[in-house]
Amino acid sequence: MAMSRDEIMQQVQEVLVDALGVDDDEITTEATLMGDLGAESIDFLDIVFRLEKVFGIKIPREELFPAENLMNDSEFVHNGKLTEKGLNELRDKMPHTDITAFESDPDINKLADLFTVNAIVNYVEGKLNAA
Amino acid sequence: MAQSQSAANFNIRWKMRWIWIDKFVEFESGRRAVAIKNVTLAEEHLHDHFPGFPVMPESLMIEAMAQTAGILVGEVKKFQEKVILAKIKKAVFFDYVKPGDTIKLDAKIESISPEAASTSGKITRADKLIAEIDLMFSHIDRNLAGKEFPEENFVFGSDTSVFESLLRDVASVAGAEVAGSEQD
Repeated sequence: MAMSRDEIMQQVQEVLVDALGVDDDEITTEATLMGDLGAESIDFLDIVFRLEKVFGIKIPREELFPAENLMNDSEFVHNGKLTEKGLNELRDKMPHTDITAFESDPDINKLADLFTVNAIVNYVEGKLNAA
Repeated sequence: MAQSQSAANFNIRWKMRWIWIDKFVEFESGRRAVAIKNVTLAEEHLHDHFPGFPVMPESLMIEAMAQTAGILVGEVKKFQEKVILAKIKKAVFFDYVKPGDTIKLDAKIESISPEAASTSGKITRADKLIAEIDLMFSHIDRNLAGKEFPEENFVFGSDTSVFESLLRDVASVAGAEVAGSEQD
């Protein structure tokens, strides 16, 4: 399925407008889902369902938003920060996300900032190209 | 497990049953369910909502749809999951519902996964569209970052008489008997 990045972004934007009740001009590529767009945990499931429909893809739960598993594993989290092992896991699970800035201070409270509109677009693009 | 269930617990759950649909008239497992509700002036809240102008509160129409769709979703896993209304995605109302009206609640599963389900729904009276209500349900044991909930299924508990009554006209639904037999 050939879809340009702009087309993907446009569809992602529509999904987020419907799922989060935000205005489309709030949905910039850098916007974070939780911090900027006010998403809560159930919204992530809603977004996953909508993306699956719109793009005709299957999204395993831990693929797009894998943070939940990480945060609940003591091997990956120590004193509120991701351990080296945790960071490796994150790199492995979120290849669609740039975590360079996060690596310098891997505070789990900032983990949410990694879930950006851009990360979704990257993920969908990767998924569509692989298909 | 049945022994651990105290009488008090049972009473609380029984009192909390709060049903806003009268019966199912169609039930396609995993896909779609249709329930009806007859609205009557014998429902006391209609006397206050509003004096001289009794109309069914829209919040209760959402609850009725949540029950229709929630039972549809619960039946997929034979009522073993704790299915909780997690999000009202859309609720738009086009007309009042008054005493004497029979409304039809038509719910469809749009997506379902081990963690959650999303449903769409329409409420109609005769052929008139009354409301469109889209919902999200969470299977809570599989969500909320591993928080633990009581083992007992407080959503679809062991008391099945309510379900049996609601599902009496769609007897092919496996859940009508399953809800009771497997629980405790």
